[in-house]
Amino acid sequence: MKPAKFEYRAPRELEEALSILAEVGDEGKVLAGGQSLVPSMNFRLARPAVLVDINGIGGIDSVTSSSDHLVIGTLARHVRFERPVTDGPLGHLLALAARKVGHRPIRIRGTFGGSLAHADPAAEWCMIATLLDATMVASSVRGQREITASNFFKTVFSTALEPDELLTEARLPLLNPAAKIGFVEFSRRAGDFAIVAASSVLDVEGGRISTARIALGSVGGTPLRSPAAEAVLQGNVPSGELFAEAGEAAAGDVEPMGDIHGSPEYRRDLVRVLTRRSLQASTEH
Amino acid sequence: MKHQVTLNINGSEHEIFVEARKTLADAIREECGLTGTHLGCEHGVCGACTVLMDGQPVRSCLMFAVQCNGVPLRTVEGLADGDDLHPVQKAFWEHHGLQCGFCTPGFLMLATSVLEQEPDIDDEALREVLSSNLCRCTGYQNILIAVKAAAEEMRG
Amino acid sequence: MWVGRRLRRFEDAALLRGEGRFVGDIASGSAAMRFVRSPVARGKILDIEIPKGASVITGRDLEGVGTVMPLLHRDDFIAVEQPVLPLTEVHFAGQAVAAVIAPTAEEAEDFADQVFLEIDPLDPVVGLDNALSPDAPLVHEHVPGNSIIDSNMTTPGFTEAFEPAPFKVSVDIRSSRQSAMPLETRGGHAAFDASTGRVTLSAGTQAPHVIRTAIADVLGIPEADLRVVAPDVGGGFGQKYCLAVEDVVAVWAARRYRMAVAWIEDRRENFTSSFHSRDQHYLVTGAFDDDGKLVALEADIRCNVGAFSCYPVTCGVEALMAMAEMPGPYDFREYSVRARAVTTNACPIAPYRGVSRPVITMTLERLMDEAANRIGVSEVEIRRRNLVTEFPYTSVMGLVYDQATYIESLDRAVELIDLDGFRKEQEESLTKGKYIGLGLSTFSERTGYGTSAFAARSMDITPGFETVEMTMDPSGFVEVRVGASSHGQGLETSLSQLVADELGVRPENVRIVQGDTDRTPYGWGTFASRSAVLAGGASKLASHDMRAKLAAIAANELEAAVEDMEFSEGSVKVRGTDVAVEMSKLARIAYHKSNQLSLGSTPGLSVSATYDPHGTFSNACHAAVVEVDLETGAVQIRRFLVVEDAGILINPLIADGQVHGGVAQGIASALFEELVYDENGNLLTTSLMDYLPPTMSEMPLIEIEHLVSISDATITGAKGLGEGGAIGAPAAVINAINDALRPLGVVLNENPATPERVRRHIARAQGA
Repeated sequence: MKPAKFEYRAPRELEEALSILAEVGDEGKVLAGGQSLVPSMNFRLARPAVLVDINGIGGIDSVTSSSDHLVIGTLARHVRFERPVTDGPLGHLLALAARKVGHRPIRIRGTFGGSLAHADPAAEWCMIATLLDATMVASSVRGQREITASNFFKTVFSTALEPDELLTEARLPLLNPAAKIGFVEFSRRAGDFAIVAASSVLDVEGGRISTARIALGSVGGTPLRSPAAEAVLQGNVPSGELFAEAGEAAAGDVEPMGDIHGSPEYRRDLVRVLTRRSLQASTEH
Repeated sequence: MKHQVTLNINGSEHEIFVEARKTLADAIREECGLTGTHLGCEHGVCGACTVLMDGQPVRSCLMFAVQCNGVPLRTVEGLADGDDLHPVQKAFWEHHGLQCGFCTPGFLMLATSVLEQEPDIDDEALREVLSSNLCRCTGYQNILIAVKAAAEEMRG
Repeated sequence: MWVGRRLRRFEDAALLRGEGRFVGDIASGSAAMRFVRSPVARGKILDIEIPKGASVITGRDLEGVGTVMPLLHRDDFIAVEQPVLPLTEVHFAGQAVAAVIAPTAEEAEDFADQVFLEIDPLDPVVGLDNALSPDAPLVHEHVPGNSIIDSNMTTPGFTEAFEPAPFKVSVDIRSSRQSAMPLETRGGHAAFDASTGRVTLSAGTQAPHVIRTAIADVLGIPEADLRVVAPDVGGGFGQKYCLAVEDVVAVWAARRYRMAVAWIEDRRENFTSSFHSRDQHYLVTGAFDDDGKLVALEADIRCNVGAFSCYPVTCGVEALMAMAEMPGPYDFREYSVRARAVTTNACPIAPYRGVSRPVITMTLERLMDEAANRIGVSEVEIRRRNLVTEFPYTSVMGLVYDQATYIESLDRAVELIDLDGFRKEQEESLTKGKYIGLGLSTFSERTGYGTSAFAARSMDITPGFETVEMTMDPSGFVEVRVGASSHGQGLETSLSQLVADELGVRPENVRIVQGDTDRTPYGWGTFASRSAVLAGGASKLASHDMRAKLAAIAANELEAAVEDMEFSEGSVKVRGTDVAVEMSKLARIAYHKSNQLSLGSTPGLSVSATYDPHGTFSNACHAAVVEVDLETGAVQIRRFLVVEDAGILINPLIADGQVHGGVAQGIASALFEELVYDENGNLLTTSLMDYLPPTMSEMPLIEIEHLVSISDATITGAKGLGEGGAIGAPAAVINAINDALRPLGVVLNENPATPERVRRHIARAQGA
């Protein structure tokens, strides 16, 4: 289980990286943390001809807040989010998710941007990006463009990024300071990818839910929002019964895939339960 | 094409000449002759190949040697100070934290980094971190006991 | 006394420093051998296309090389021949078909990727049920019904006892296919020595002598031309006991090309191609009388043993062990059994920690719980009424059970786990919608099998005895050379303790030499919880002979009677006096002043002894407390208790470690691990993200209490205990899950009890 040969390029500047990507096109693959890419190279499932290592590029790992967004540089490592990177519910939500990303040594190397670009439907950051409808910034020698999460994730391991593009940052909208956030996963072992994951954000005004967001991981080719469950919640008073109803709606809303980790039926069961538990947890904090 | 790389392991520099695809783990083992770092899965799950990079535990099977030019690395061979074992090594010995010994270097490095950075880590967090690596012999019980004993020893 | 002390292990000094020597370490820098493996479960080999510039070995190159054909001499067994590399047909996905040699592992893999196997696929036989269906294709044309073993036995009084019994309780038990999954994969490094013409094979093996015989036989070379060394071995659990055909190819290549070459299996190969285990299905009915006494047992045992039979034990071992040891610790006199070893197009099975006994135990313990419910007695009472209480006891299969603590361990476990208190807690929990359950598992563990035990299976190669050669060198150090071959069990430390006591020296003055066919007497390696019993027994016998030699020299030196010689603290003294001589001085005399030895004494201090007992039964009771999440089916183990009796413990620290590790693997069997084939016979679980050995987070604290039977079945008083943890734990956990879910009417008899499986049972029960 040794990787196939590849050419190694290690640009020191972003511009250099982009011109390499433009030059190598389909043949190239970006190496960020490598915690998903290198295993698949070791299995020889991935055989890039050129590996563009971006770890030596300065300034693309920052995490900063603007007035309305948290701006996450592509090389920010998972471990950084274990403690809130920003005050308020967003930092807390990211911390809950970060602690579920693999194990500590994986979090030390793995990157936020790498995870998004890898687009595993079970990945925490992909689900969070979907939940918040984050904006991804793709850079290339052709310029920069912004892609919203709903347009970014195409299917399993596939995104809207063109071969010459590098995901350089992700912008997550800051949450209402009183927003109620929930994040739950179900996996068989600590640190494994979730069989199903659910996350939620509720804004409650005057005792009623003014906006509701629910996202689900590991039920389809991409992370999914659950419009049906969100509709159940919208305008209603939070309660255990309401959350259960939302869980039912979420379960009715998905057509999960099946694999050795869970059949479609089981995943649907878990969607029901985890959606409810995420909502419950969010109101218990 | 081969690359000239300097691996700085346990304070010693190793000049090596490797293909880009040579993983850090293989380079440490084959090019530097330090075979204490073991390969159990080569896909980042078992943790037998855990080494410290800038003091942080990483899976050396998931990095390439070319990425580690000049970066301070620590492996199991660097834990003891001459005849004096590191407190984590001593505790594993005392509490029978190893059987076949294949996963042991990875666990030692993982535990060392945790205790250096979080000497007061609580039980739950410790269990969570130690869940990063797999052991097939011990059922983990004595590993946990050993690391807790080492923590106490290191706190003094 | 050194025996009984929690001595830290001698083995650890090197391992802790990363100075252990595993096969991969020895291989570092050698040429690499990479196997090209069949991508399909069954098919005809049409062509093997070899890339330009590649060194590739195929079956055609192995002219004159024999096949691997382990044998049982019995009418109900059909031998299956395994080619080292197949020429015409492949029988499982992952089977080695060709071997590539290149300077590095990377390059070997590059070439292996380019070797094109043209295979005409045939319909594979996948899974037990398919293999036994009447229209199933035959995996091997000469094996009708795909059964390589089909064995029957019925006691004369069976029907008379079974038919009229008032309670008939049936259980249908399935245990999934699993991997022993040592953390170190298999591998071998074969190095040709031009000066002697010999090859040294360093291999991750549990049985170097057996492997040497196998390879020499298959290659048709004298055993003397091959040395097999088991260096540090990173766990085996049975997977490294049987012959790897890859080792044969490596040795062949080393001889043919006069080179050093290593194959180091990767993790994916370890899953697809290294021996699997379990995959058993038992249909068992117990007939109980009104008092809950088991009077007769009917069993239909089916073991999916995969495509070939493992060397040397054969794949009969699973079914035949199940047949012979099905009674476990329970007394019944009438028995009817059919046991089949069924061949399929899957990776071959080899014995894994516990072999069939985890499934036997799960069967009996599920049976006892179900019977208790039906008959209306407690789970403790039904066991008490059926456990063997008088020793020696001869089972319905003729096995003789030595002194054990079946009832005592059960009673003690019930007390420690506070069964009554638990039942109250359980009732209260239920009112809050929380489902907790307690499971018991009482079992025996047959250990220290001698030749008579293995001969009962009619094995062509009958393992069992163990020989020890012991030398005291002129400096007074003791070297003990054993055929057993530890791979994590701490045998060096345990044997040193034992010998230290026998000779009155310190354990650090005893060196144990193992795992090298050049340096150790022929022996059977380490498996089946045998090494402490067998190598320990032989060490004790050898020590006696050594003492006799030393005593003779000492008596001569001290001018006293041999009978008055007393051994302690490195000296021999005349009993009741201060007159003593240091043992090191006696050693000097034996070698360097042999002219002073009394008439009839030979110079030097070397002895050898062989031990071959019938075997002994360890026993234990496990108790597990679990909580089941009804909504997700997740099972959490809240408490796990072991009350265990392995006789006299040589080193309790090591003994506890064996129990911990065994229980962990038992829990893994019960809840986590499963190898899954698709309908085409391709393995789907080929990474550690798909096959799930538990991490620390999933493992409960294991509480252990030891009881000590004094058994005369072994001369050291030590019984084996390597497998017990793995044997008992699945039953305890599965019983606990059933106990938790009994209010819902759930009956779950399958492992692993994955959340999805548990959830499916719950949903079915709730829907009904």
